[in-house]
Amino acid sequence: MSNSNIETNQQQEFTITVYTENQIGILNRIAIIFSRRKINIESLNVSPSEIEHIHRFNILITETEEVVRKLARQIEKQVEVLKVYYNTNEDIIWQELALYKVPTDTIVEKVLVERLLRENGARAVVIRKDYTVFETTGHREETDKLIEVLQPFGLIEFVRSARVAIIKDSEGFNSKLREFERIEPGKEVIENEFLDKEKNVFTM
Amino acid sequence: MELAQAEVTTQPKPTTTQVTGSVALLEGLIAEGTEVVFGYPGGAIMPIYDALYDYKERLQHILVRHEQGATHAGQGYARTSGKVGVVFATSGPGATNLVTGLADAQIDSTPLVCITGQVFAHLLGTDAFQETDVINITTPVTKWNYQVTDANEIPAALAKAFYIARSGRPGPVLIDITKNAQMQLFDYKGYVPCNHIRSYRPKPHVRKEYVEEAAALINSAKKPFILFGQGVLLGSAEQEFKAFVEKSGIPAAWTILGAGAIPTDHPLNVGMLGMHGNYGPNVQTNSCDVLIAIGMRFDDRVTGRLDKYAKQAKVIHLDIDPAEIDKNVKADVPVWGDCKETLPLLTELIDQKKHTEWLAEFRAFDKIEQEQLIQPELNPQSGEMTMGEVIHQLNQLTKGEAIIVSDVGQHQMVACRYAQFNNTRSNVTSGGLGTMGFGLPAAIGAKFGTPDRTVVAVIGDGGFQMTLQELGTIMQSGVDVKIMILNNQFLGMVRQWQQLFNDKRYSFVDIKSPDFVKLAESYYISGKRISEREDLVAALEEMLQHKGSYLLEVMVAQEHNVFPMVPQGCSVSEIRLK
Repeated sequence: MSNSNIETNQQQEFTITVYTENQIGILNRIAIIFSRRKINIESLNVSPSEIEHIHRFNILITETEEVVRKLARQIEKQVEVLKVYYNTNEDIIWQELALYKVPTDTIVEKVLVERLLRENGARAVVIRKDYTVFETTGHREETDKLIEVLQPFGLIEFVRSARVAIIKDSEGFNSKLREFERIEPGKEVIENEFLDKEKNVFTM
Repeated sequence: MELAQAEVTTQPKPTTTQVTGSVALLEGLIAEGTEVVFGYPGGAIMPIYDALYDYKERLQHILVRHEQGATHAGQGYARTSGKVGVVFATSGPGATNLVTGLADAQIDSTPLVCITGQVFAHLLGTDAFQETDVINITTPVTKWNYQVTDANEIPAALAKAFYIARSGRPGPVLIDITKNAQMQLFDYKGYVPCNHIRSYRPKPHVRKEYVEEAAALINSAKKPFILFGQGVLLGSAEQEFKAFVEKSGIPAAWTILGAGAIPTDHPLNVGMLGMHGNYGPNVQTNSCDVLIAIGMRFDDRVTGRLDKYAKQAKVIHLDIDPAEIDKNVKADVPVWGDCKETLPLLTELIDQKKHTEWLAEFRAFDKIEQEQLIQPELNPQSGEMTMGEVIHQLNQLTKGEAIIVSDVGQHQMVACRYAQFNNTRSNVTSGGLGTMGFGLPAAIGAKFGTPDRTVVAVIGDGGFQMTLQELGTIMQSGVDVKIMILNNQFLGMVRQWQQLFNDKRYSFVDIKSPDFVKLAESYYISGKRISEREDLVAALEEMLQHKGSYLLEVMVAQEHNVFPMVPQGCSVSEIRLK
């Protein structure tokens, strides 16, 4: 983590990034590490990473740093997990994708709506006679705001993706994976430094 | 569809390399050095049992009476032999019956490989007969599990299972094999053991700077104190540990699963930690200046109240599992690694010392405990028999050479406190999970693991009734297990708590028992019941000298309590002697 002065007893949002093998059952193995402590996962994204056969999880929870560190170690201990990182919101760039379905006639008739969509950076994905689907990306508050705006104009349906996050300090996983594949791993992969107090925890 | 395929492929056009999944499994087990399998057949694992029929000479199978018993027997085998315990069970109820043993093995880091049969792959998810989602049921209680639906996967999955079960921090692994995969013929290319999984790092790269930091802390300590756990045994680091203790001259106390890592009578072995541990080790935890924890995980039964635990001390924590470091007690110096590797590095850097005064403090506490508690417990002159004196007399006869298997409860605490262990891997008990019913089946496995040693199972009247059907396993296998039931006619530990903390409101702890001796007799096992002190030594001698299994029931004091005790919610230094 780049930010070393995290208040360990204070709850805040943490984004946990997990690299795993693409194996059936690993999602459950990771999920129960949260549920056994009665911790709610607020958002979860699982998708293939830039490396073939390796999946990347983004898990969003609100917890104290102390608990998150313990969770991260328990996740990393799972046989099919390669690496775990956790970050505060300051350490990451993140986005959520949102889709909004609204009646087309209100879009056409009410200029106001168009302006609102522009202001919120929404793009039209599909335009049909009966409805139009807009798309926007942003933080929770931003996508929430557009819901509020569209609600009076007959918002038909809304969906939002999980958070996906890029770690600011990360150099990616490719070089790390080559280390993992060696039978006798180098110092890099056996990251004892995550035990360091002064240095970065779970450095990439 | 899969069934159709299976039916087609089982019509062989035989070539030399074509074998069924079941045969590949058994070949793999033999290649891994498996000597004995504890199991129970059933519909979905029938192809494996059919193949086993031809392997009777090469692979011993012990038919248990309940699948839970198979897991505990596997545990007992693993704990005494240091090898991986192997268990077979069928799908559905067979598989769900494994859960308690898996949970026990998971929390006590016992290497097990469990093979379960599963319904045909094409029936998965259809609520087929005896189908249960064993992978998801066992996920929280296994180190790793995997479902095989194609015979081609069997050799590699089994190799991975053994590697994972025994490496790093050991644990139970389960492989669920669908019936079609067991029957399927495939090109068997031989068994290749696994020694690398890219996402799995069982052994960390030891960082010398932490070892150096730890050594510096130890060298400057005035009142250092060693806590050791099962990690020493699991890492086969007993010699390395002894060298470290003897060079450092530091008093060392054990967790219940660490017992025997150095002999009970070693001058630097100061006793047992925890809720019913010894007086000195508990009190001194809160007055030492450096606490050196080796292969132990600071269980709450060891630490008592955490916010009053060793706050004055710098903590050095040696463990192979990074998730244990800082989990309960914050480490000032984490030494992440296999203690077989880290201990010699540490021993080299520390000064040879004798902490004479500090050790004398432990002796002083021991003297108090001996006078007030231990001597009256071990050598009572009148009144009902105590559990302590039974264990004490057993020690006299076995001279600390026996393997003591205990169940869970008061007798367990007494057995672990007072049993003498000259050798490692001699104390088999359910530590983390506290599984009543563990004792009898675990003793069976313990004997298979060490056929040349005497195995004594110390069991309470409650726990015995949870798995007494395994007397059938003893009868049929002819295994030689000495069963000692310490009968206080109560669920004693709960009764003790009800007496101390619930105003003697004895709620459902009064347990009636059958005639255990007659019960044993019905299984063709000899036995005896005694209730008088004067009969004790002769009865123990008879039990130990008896050829084959024997059940000795000793009627002990009904309302006797285990002390010392750190009451729940109290600090270790608030340990009570009465």
